[in-house]
Amino acid sequence: MRKYLHVINVGIQNTLVYRVNFLFRATFGLIPLIATIYLWRAIFGSKEGDYVAGYTLASMISYYLIVTIVDALTAVAEDDWQIAAEIREGTISQFILKPIDFLWYRLCLFVSGRIIYTAVAIVPVGLFIFLMREYLVAPPSLEIFGCFLLSLMMTALLQFFLAYTMALLAFWVLEVSTFIFILYAVEYLVGGHLFPLDILPPAITNVLSYTPFPYQLFFPVSVYLGQATGDALWRGLMIQAAWTLFAYLLARFVWSRGIRKYSAFGG
Amino acid sequence: MNRYFSIYAMLWRNSVVREMSFKTNFILWIFVELLWFGLQITFFSVIYMHTDRIADWTKWQVVMLIGGAHFIQQMFQAFFLVNCTQLSELIRTGKMDFMLLLPVNTRFLISLRQVDLGAFVNAASAAAVMFYAGKQLQLTPTAGQISGFLLLCVASILIHYSLMFLLATISFWTVRAQGIIWGYYNLFNIARMPESAFPAGIFKTIFKFALPMLLVANVPVKLLTEKLASPWEMLFLVIMSVGCFVVSELAWRFSVRRYTSASS
Repeated sequence: MRKYLHVINVGIQNTLVYRVNFLFRATFGLIPLIATIYLWRAIFGSKEGDYVAGYTLASMISYYLIVTIVDALTAVAEDDWQIAAEIREGTISQFILKPIDFLWYRLCLFVSGRIIYTAVAIVPVGLFIFLMREYLVAPPSLEIFGCFLLSLMMTALLQFFLAYTMALLAFWVLEVSTFIFILYAVEYLVGGHLFPLDILPPAITNVLSYTPFPYQLFFPVSVYLGQATGDALWRGLMIQAAWTLFAYLLARFVWSRGIRKYSAFGG
Repeated sequence: MNRYFSIYAMLWRNSVVREMSFKTNFILWIFVELLWFGLQITFFSVIYMHTDRIADWTKWQVVMLIGGAHFIQQMFQAFFLVNCTQLSELIRTGKMDFMLLLPVNTRFLISLRQVDLGAFVNAASAAAVMFYAGKQLQLTPTAGQISGFLLLCVASILIHYSLMFLLATISFWTVRAQGIIWGYYNLFNIARMPESAFPAGIFKTIFKFALPMLLVANVPVKLLTEKLASPWEMLFLVIMSVGCFVVSELAWRFSVRRYTSASS
């Protein structure tokens, strides 16, 4: 256990190098967010009545604010590229020899990366949310907030395991970035980045709820906003847990197959 | 002038050879771009399931706008994007020395070294979407409108290129400029939104008069869909493109003077 804490510590120090990069990423990332909020304002403005697809303007803006927070806390940033590069360049060999588990090692680095990213992003994102504070609603109850935290943790793990598995494709193909970008695109659309998934026709939302994608972003946000309650909440948490476990097992399986295929580059 | 054409033809040949040696990758990247393009259209289609207009834009007008923005972005990508992103690498590794020594205009060489052929395929897909949206809108553009549209696209591509190049010259001061350059991708997101959806304010002022993202796709598409309030909008876009280019050229000259090679 101690060695993994050490990895987190080293990871934090290494990631500090990227702090300016993170700052730019977080700040530039606000521009499309602001634009999307304006877009919804225009849509609500040109319509009669207060509701569009069950949302008021205020609840729509809250949705995007919580999305930004959840995304900062759980999104995979550089990890997948780094893992793919380690496999491609053969530096992964040292981890096969060391008494350290590569998956836990990378998970520790992911955690330290998120800690630094959040610490840096808190300046621009915090300022932005402060300006929009009237839309930042509190979760309806403490229990709901607890469920949100649980769901948030599973989201982070799910994100990481999937990204890790994608990066392991580097054992078989030279260039994994296209595959990573394809997965990003799918997550962006049906994960809830662009719009809340429940404005889609109910049949589609229902089908999506069995796929892993909503649990990468949309689900924890809807828990926080108190939209998933009672049975739907428990069902969602169960499905999320199942997908997280599945992604973990998949990551382990792909690793064990990949390592058999692996012949160290230059070695 | 002739010399520059033959150099450019040579650079094209090189790019074709390079792309063709990684065929699968070439096709996969086209697929990735298509996917992102489809995703943008899906986003607006979902919105239009709940409303029939955003500000004064109807569904197919917005599809036309997304197509136009994508067309301009892809043409920019075809000629300039890779080259702009590689500038910081040239400086970091000191390969810039070599570029400066060649007996051609350095900016010409750096800006046009590589051609991204896949982007032409994606530009064609954007044009196809625009054509389809035009049919839905029952537009019958005149030859004048189409050539005007293409000329405005050139101005818009020049704006993208000048701003991106300007950002890239920051690498003369700090080597870690990569993040700034990729941040530009976020600006493409605004280009495909209807300008009239934004209320007057700081945001709109910045993205109209400083980084004219709200104009680059809006003005050309408004010409095609006959939404222009006055011809001055077109003139303004052209003036902005010249202005951006001049600023980037001044910054470039100023920066090159500051260049000290990586190893010395």
